[in-house]
This record gives sequence, structure tokens and C-alpha cells, in this order.
Amino acid sequence: MPAFPKKWLIVLLVLGVVVPLLQPVLPNLVSDYRLFLVSTMMIAAIAVLGLNLLTGFNGQISLGHGAFYAVGAYIAAILMDQANFPYWATLPFAAVLCFIVGYLFGLPALKLEGHYLALATFALALAVPQILKYKWLEGLTGGVQGIVLNKPEVPFGLPLSEDQWLYYYCFIVMVFLYWAASNILKSRSGRAMMAIRDYHIAADTMGIDTALYKTVTFGISAAYTGIAGALSASAIAFVAPDSFNFFLSIKFLIGLVVGGVGSLAGSLIGGVFYVLVDNSAQALSTFVKNDLGLQFDLSAYTVFGILLIVLMYLMPMGIAGGVYALIRSFRRAAPVSPERSAPAATRKPAQAGESH
Amino acid sequence: MEQFLQQLASGLANGAIYACVALALVMIYVSTDHLNFAQGEMAMFSTYISWQLMTWGLSFWVAFILAVAFSFVLGVLIERVILRPLHNAPVLSVVVVFIGLLAICNSVAGAIWSYLIKEYPSPFPKSSFGIAGVIGPHQLGVVLVTLIVLTLLFAFFRFTPLGLAMRAAAQNPQMARLVGVRVDWMLALGWGLAAAVGAVAGIMVAHIVYLDPNMMGGILLYAFASALVGGIGNPGGAVVGGFIVGVLENMVAYAGNQIEKATGVYIIGNGEKLTVALIIVIFVLTVKPAGLFGRVIVKRV
Repeated sequence: MPAFPKKWLIVLLVLGVVVPLLQPVLPNLVSDYRLFLVSTMMIAAIAVLGLNLLTGFNGQISLGHGAFYAVGAYIAAILMDQANFPYWATLPFAAVLCFIVGYLFGLPALKLEGHYLALATFALALAVPQILKYKWLEGLTGGVQGIVLNKPEVPFGLPLSEDQWLYYYCFIVMVFLYWAASNILKSRSGRAMMAIRDYHIAADTMGIDTALYKTVTFGISAAYTGIAGALSASAIAFVAPDSFNFFLSIKFLIGLVVGGVGSLAGSLIGGVFYVLVDNSAQALSTFVKNDLGLQFDLSAYTVFGILLIVLMYLMPMGIAGGVYALIRSFRRAAPVSPERSAPAATRKPAQAGESH
Repeated sequence: MEQFLQQLASGLANGAIYACVALALVMIYVSTDHLNFAQGEMAMFSTYISWQLMTWGLSFWVAFILAVAFSFVLGVLIERVILRPLHNAPVLSVVVVFIGLLAICNSVAGAIWSYLIKEYPSPFPKSSFGIAGVIGPHQLGVVLVTLIVLTLLFAFFRFTPLGLAMRAAAQNPQMARLVGVRVDWMLALGWGLAAAVGAVAGIMVAHIVYLDPNMMGGILLYAFASALVGGIGNPGGAVVGGFIVGVLENMVAYAGNQIEKATGVYIIGNGEKLTVALIIVIFVLTVKPAGLFGRVIVKRV
């Protein structure tokens, strides 16, 4: 696994803690808006991390993680709106409920592989906005209108702005979840997950309970993405069914592919990346119109789509994996072996032909 | 009773659309083992092309033929340029590329023609066409057009040498290559035909669902459900599955409606169409993955 070298990890952590405090010194560089943006990036990173646990490390394709994100966001919103929960107390509930939902969805998914699992999750992603608008749930979900919430308040009278606090809140959750994920993957269970990804039948013969691992991984993955959803509900202070459409799941997919399938650090890069592109779509569009002189509204999804295709050819290990391989080849260390956690993308080429 | 018949007729009309898209999906699946998640968006794009041609003054049927031809070329190009190198790639790469195509088609259509919903004309005469009170002229027209297209396709695959070569290339690429069939081009041709059939479905359904870049999302999902019900490797099954699912969809909504009328309890209605499709997809995949007419595939380890 291309883990960060430890010293870089510490540098990043310190930077992550210190930079927001520089706001009084550098008010333009560290503006409230930028802090908010970074918070959404961290939320995105958690969601992509969840997807990566499932797809990258367990080999189960999901095009429907937007559904779990939606469940997490709605659990948080409903608890805050109806039961007056404080925002931080919603996270465990969102995690547990999403785990259950993910586990249950993992049960039929056990019988599905490859394209079929992609299809089932694709269907799930398309159906989510409709399910959220279901008439019987309207009392809870607020129907088409959605639910309006309050932003998290700064606790203990800390001398922070709302956005600074939101930043730290997301930062703490992200660091904790990253730490937990990297520990899971280093453990026996993590190796079992990857063994199932690499060769399902061999894992089975070695005594790994593949059904249990696959469903539990589905649950954990859903819980991660659900926590991201819950965080986003308090960050944006609003949930509405139509924001959880299929394109949300596409964003997670682009995060996964850009960051690298089967790379924890890459998930963070992927999350940062898609929020960045999403937010600069307007600028991109004006660039195309004014500087290139094309009468064409370039949207973020065109960029995403092109990247999805191009990356599959050029950097199947994602940007993180690609850069890592590049650095290694520069250093001329031992011959570059395929990364242990490299995605199934580089393996099993004969799969398609065997199934007849 | 009349309402029931109306629902049945409109189910058959929807079913014709689903049958077309499902057939397109099956054609690609049979030859390459890929599920084309971008099929719906490709059809949507072709529908916009026909709309554009009509606003430039062409008549409906001329625009129809040009748009279908365009999507044929587009399909061949996509296969040759984008999918050819991925022929033996793992599933995830293929799925990701299809999702990429979906995103590109959707956003480019939105960029060129905007996301505003547009009206789309019906080519069928309003008066003295259709059976009053049961089936509208457009619905009847849709069923007729799709039946003609399906018959043509059937004849093409059954009675022409090219159709035979394409079937051979799909069933047994190696053998086909040995007897001199250019398998690569047959696959590309299959893609082109699938895209063209999809385009027919898009153009036919646009009058009903109105024209917008997201119009095919639900239809694609129902088409997948149809293909699965019929057995995903079976073209005839896909067509039958399309009609079954189309009627089923309307019957479920109709039953929900009747229950609400009788008891006042809302269970299911038009707002849950995609959820119904989701349930069909998961149900068929887990309970009877081979569908009604499909072969059970045994994997050799």
C-alpha cells in the first residue's frame, strides 16, 4: 500500500491543525470560505474512503454509494430536526444505521459479481431521490422541500469562527476514520478483504468466511459514506432529495478513480479533487469561452467523464498511484513491482473469457 | 374497465420502448459481456440531434433517419476508439468507462441544448388513428414503429450473410475468425446497430417524457430490468421482457391507484416507478439471474 511516509503524515497533521489558526494573520489566504471548502473536501474524502474500502480493497463495485450518503445525511437531519439531537451526536447513529443498510444490501450483493453488482447499485443510486420523496416518509424527510438545519455552533466558548470550528470538526472525524481504516486494513481482517478481492475462490479455500467479510465490508463502507453524509448535512445545514441523484455517486467514483483504486491516501486526494473541479466549473467554463473562444458551457461532469475514461488508460492506479510509481522509478529503487494493493484493474485479464 | 384497458395499452407502449433499449443492451452484452450504462444517454443525444435537425426545417422522418444514422456512426466510433483497447480489461475499468461516457453525453447535451425541458412533436396524425378511449395515436404509432424495427432487425440477423457473420462473431469469436469473419468489425457494427435501435427508442419516447438531458435515466433502468427478466443473453427474451415490464410497471401503478381509491391508503403510485424497477432488478438478479429465457451459465474454475 502506498502509505504516506510517517514524517509526511506528521507534517500534514500539524499543518492541518495550525493553518486555520492563522486566519487573523493571513485573513485573505485563510478565509472563512476557503475553510468551508476544505471542510467539504474532507467530507468528500471520507465518502471516497468508504467507497474505496469496498471497491478498492474488497473488489465489490458500487455505483450507488450516493444512497448511503443520503441515508447518513437524512438520519442526521431527522435527528437534529425532530429529536433535537446535537449535531455531533448524530454521527454514531448515522454510522450504525448505514452499517445496517449497507449490510442488508450486501446480502443480495453476495450473489452478484462484477457487472451485475454494478447494475444493482446503479439502480439503487437512480431510485434514491424517489425513495426519499416517498409519501409515508414525508413527515420525517420533509418531502421535496427537504429539511433546513442550523450550522454547528462553536462549543465551550472557544474563540473560533463557525467555519473554523466546522473545519476542526470534520478534521477530527476524518483523521479518526482514516486511522481506523488503515488499522482495519493492516489487520487480519484487512488481509482477508484483499484476499477476497484478489482471488475469491482461493480465499474461500483458505478458510476465510467470504460471505461474512463481504457483507461486513459492505456495511463498514456504507457506514463511512454515511458518516460523510451526516457531516455534510450539518456543514451545508440543508438536505433535499434531489441533491442525492446519480451524479453524486459519479462524483464518488471519480474520487475513487483519480485517487487510485485501493489506495487510502489516494482517497483523500480523490475527495479533494472532485470538490475542487466541482467548485471551479464556473471558472473552467469562462476559461473555455473567453480564452479558447468556444461557445460551449463546459460543466464539471464533462471534465469528470473525460477523466474517467482517460485515467482508465493512462493511470489505472489513479493519480496517487501514478505519482508514487513515478517517484519510485526516479529513485531507481528496486524494480517497480506492481503495488500490492493495486486495483484489480491490473489483474485477471482473462476473466471475461472464462465465464462461458 | 376502460381505465384498466388504457393502462394496459400505455403499458404496452412503454414496453415497446423498453424492448428497444433492452434489445440494444442485449446486443452489446451478447458480443462483449459488457453492460452499457451509457446506452440511455447515447439515445438521448441522438434524440437531441433529431430535434436540432427538425428546428433547422427538416421533416420528422428525415430527421429521424438522419439521427438514427448518426447514432449508428457514433456507436461504431465509440466501440472502435474507446472500447476496443479495453476488450480484456477487468470489469471495474469497463464500468468506469461507461459511466464516463454517460457523464460526457449528459453534460455535453446539457451544454449544447441546455437543461430546459423541451416539447417534442409526435409524427403520428391525431385524428382517426388509434382506438378512441383506449390507446392514443402516439402510443399506437410507437408500438408499430418499434415492431417494424424489431422485425427488420430479426430479418437482418436471420436472413442476411452479414447478420449471420455478426451472430457467429458474438457466439464464438475464435471460430468465426477462422472462417474469415472480421470479428473486430462485427463487434463495432453490433455497437452501431445497438446505438441505432436505442436512438429509435429515444426519438419515440421523447414525445411522452419530453426532451431533456435526463429523460432516459428511468427508461434505461427499466430496460435493464426488461433485459434481466427476459434473460440478459437472449434478444427475443429482451423484447418479451420489455413488454412484460412495461405492462407490469403500469399495472403496479394502477393497482396502487385502485387501492388508494378503495381504502384511502397510499402505497405505491407513479412517484415510485424507479423504486419498482430497482426491486425488479434486484429480485431477478438474486432469485433467477438467468431470467425467463436465459441460459444458466456455469463458471468453470
